[in-house]
Amino acid sequence: MNNVKKRKDPLVRISKRDVPVWWKSLIIRVVAIALALVVCAGLIVLVSDYNPLEVFKTMIEGNFKTERKIWNLVQNTAILLCISLAVTPAFKMKYWNLGAEGQALIGALSTAAGMIYLGDKLPQPVLIIVMFVMSVVSGMIWAVIPAIFKAKFNTNESLFTLMMNYVATQLVLFCITFWENPKGSNTVGIINMTTEGGWLPALFDQKYLVNILIVTAITVIMYIYLKYSKHGYEISVVGESENTARYIGINVKKVIIRTVLVSGAVCGITGFLLVSGTHHTITADTVGGQGFTAIMVSWLAKFNPFVMAGVSILITFLSRGAGEIATILRLNQSVAEIMTGIILFFIIGSEFFINYKVNFRSGKKEGNK
Amino acid sequence: MKRILALLLAAVMVFALAACGEKGKEVDKGGVDEDFKVGFIFLHDENSTYDKNFIDAAKAVQAELGLTDEQVMFKINIPETAACYEAALELVDAGCDVIFGDSFGFESHLLKAAQEHPEVQFCHATGTNAKTAGVANYHNAFASIYEGRYLAGIAAGMKLNEMIKEGKFTAEEAKMGYVGAFPYAEVISGFSSFYLGAKSVCPTVTMEVKYTNSWFDIAKEKEAAQALIQSGCKLISQHADSEGAPKACEENGIPNVAYNINTASIGPNTALISSKISWEPYMKLMIESVMNGKEIPVDYTGTLATGSVQLTELNTKVAAAGTQEALDAAIEKLKNGEIHVFDTSAFTVGGKALDENTLADVVPDANYEADTKVVSDGYYHESEYRSAPYFFMQIDGITGVIPE
Repeated sequence: MNNVKKRKDPLVRISKRDVPVWWKSLIIRVVAIALALVVCAGLIVLVSDYNPLEVFKTMIEGNFKTERKIWNLVQNTAILLCISLAVTPAFKMKYWNLGAEGQALIGALSTAAGMIYLGDKLPQPVLIIVMFVMSVVSGMIWAVIPAIFKAKFNTNESLFTLMMNYVATQLVLFCITFWENPKGSNTVGIINMTTEGGWLPALFDQKYLVNILIVTAITVIMYIYLKYSKHGYEISVVGESENTARYIGINVKKVIIRTVLVSGAVCGITGFLLVSGTHHTITADTVGGQGFTAIMVSWLAKFNPFVMAGVSILITFLSRGAGEIATILRLNQSVAEIMTGIILFFIIGSEFFINYKVNFRSGKKEGNK
Repeated sequence: MKRILALLLAAVMVFALAACGEKGKEVDKGGVDEDFKVGFIFLHDENSTYDKNFIDAAKAVQAELGLTDEQVMFKINIPETAACYEAALELVDAGCDVIFGDSFGFESHLLKAAQEHPEVQFCHATGTNAKTAGVANYHNAFASIYEGRYLAGIAAGMKLNEMIKEGKFTAEEAKMGYVGAFPYAEVISGFSSFYLGAKSVCPTVTMEVKYTNSWFDIAKEKEAAQALIQSGCKLISQHADSEGAPKACEENGIPNVAYNINTASIGPNTALISSKISWEPYMKLMIESVMNGKEIPVDYTGTLATGSVQLTELNTKVAAAGTQEALDAAIEKLKNGEIHVFDTSAFTVGGKALDENTLADVVPDANYEADTKVVSDGYYHESEYRSAPYFFMQIDGITGVIPE
């Protein structure tokens, strides 16, 4: 290259960074979020005459102003965390499960079916256990179908799991036509409104506390499972290299299917928590895209369950804050989605700057180097 | 790629500057009853004619009562899911004294929120449960829109008469087409009254109904209207939220009667008239009741007299001569009770006139059982035992009312 002296250096040159120091990557991430907020504020200024500084105050108020808001923040974090935990074992194994959305939705659907058909037939504790088992089993079935095809016919799991999402959505829409209540609304409404049959009970007067405790337990269990169990070790080895795994005598197919079952089960639990513990209704939108956000949470946290909790709370905080801004400004709630999109874009983008260094063409003096 | 990155960074800078440059403007505070707040939950934004009708009404009432933007909170694009419940609780948190929801599917979510927050009033348009739910702070509202449909039907019937007179078709061929959203009571009540209005001036008229099974689907509505035109319909009306049917009519030169919006801009040569619910009277009543510490009616039915049922401006270019006079006369007669839309002597069901044992499903229950006698004094009492319509039967002369 030195021979071609006349050739100019490009304006921007990108090089791989060495393993970044933790504080450097932290700074990059904080800067990314700050920039995202600046762009959001710019957007707000473009569409309204709102003071951009108020935007940030509104975001904080939208999450913390009342006790209910704080509980909601924790609850929504718990749900996102739960589904993120669900995708983690499979991703760690480099099995590209994009079907968490559908697996959780199918868990939600079975839970709703349990509430509707068994709501007045079984005593409450039995019903909840039955619904829990149904959701876990259905989530596992939904997850394992692509895994079996992958193991037997080597089909592409990302496409297969993605398509299973659509099947789940259509199945929910199909069921809604039967469960429609009241007639003509094309929605299921709140199930067992008067009897509260199949609703997870409130604990200490807090309706979401059970959800939060369940997710906390899953977080700890998942951490131990991935870090200290033999299964967890096998997952890491298969993720690093299938050949190595085979060499040391790991049954790769068995590990894949077993891990996918774990993923599907936790997805099913998420669906259970969404219907029995939170919404008490079912729509095609019950999971609301969190199955995809979860993939990002899992990757950003480098598969560490406790870091995932932090990422989840951050994302929940930002999107709720964006929703509050849309309300205060009397804007369409879609604005909140746009802002969440911008923020996520920057967060993902920051990963690029953590792994790569951007070198600008330096001044003339150094140009001769 | 690098260029894009550079551009992106530049854009970020610009935004950052813009954000810093803009000094915060002081939001205007003050006004009447400073701590009063009302919250609205809308299913869609203004692109849906259904929601536009509500949003416009809310803005008009806000202006009329001199409330600030901070006192009138909007939640727009809220789906009929738990998101509605969350939106309601957000509004409660924000200090709203009364919360209004505009879509049928919001009902159970608003009811749940109402049960948990007895200190806040909840008003739900088009719902059916307020009378029986026993939740004191939960209210329903609708309008006797069948009266508006009936009037629009009169305009349609006169137009048919004019076309018969001009020799465009015979009296026996006078068939109307109707594009309905779903085979629900609200829709059936609407087109039955529309048909009866037309029949009151054009006795030979018949009508064919087609459903789209969607509240808003431009393509399907247009398609249904076209199919009806091809099957020989001379005039089209619809109960769906898009401009699909009016457009099909304009393309085919077929007169159209619309709902909730004035479609004269879409069909200058074919749009005849629209019936419309104005939510302003109810919203005003709701807000003023709460401000003055009065009770909101449990189940409110707006009427012609309250100004809740309206007709949009008659398109004189399309309408038959004398339509306006006929409408004005009919409005007076409906107001003073001289005529009734569902007069049992004016129509038959299965060849027979309705008798006083006719039942309708007024009280909501899981099996949709007909439970209330609704015929007396020679007419079917629609929207009197409950604000939301419950007329659900196949009047002779209309085909396709209740699909297989």
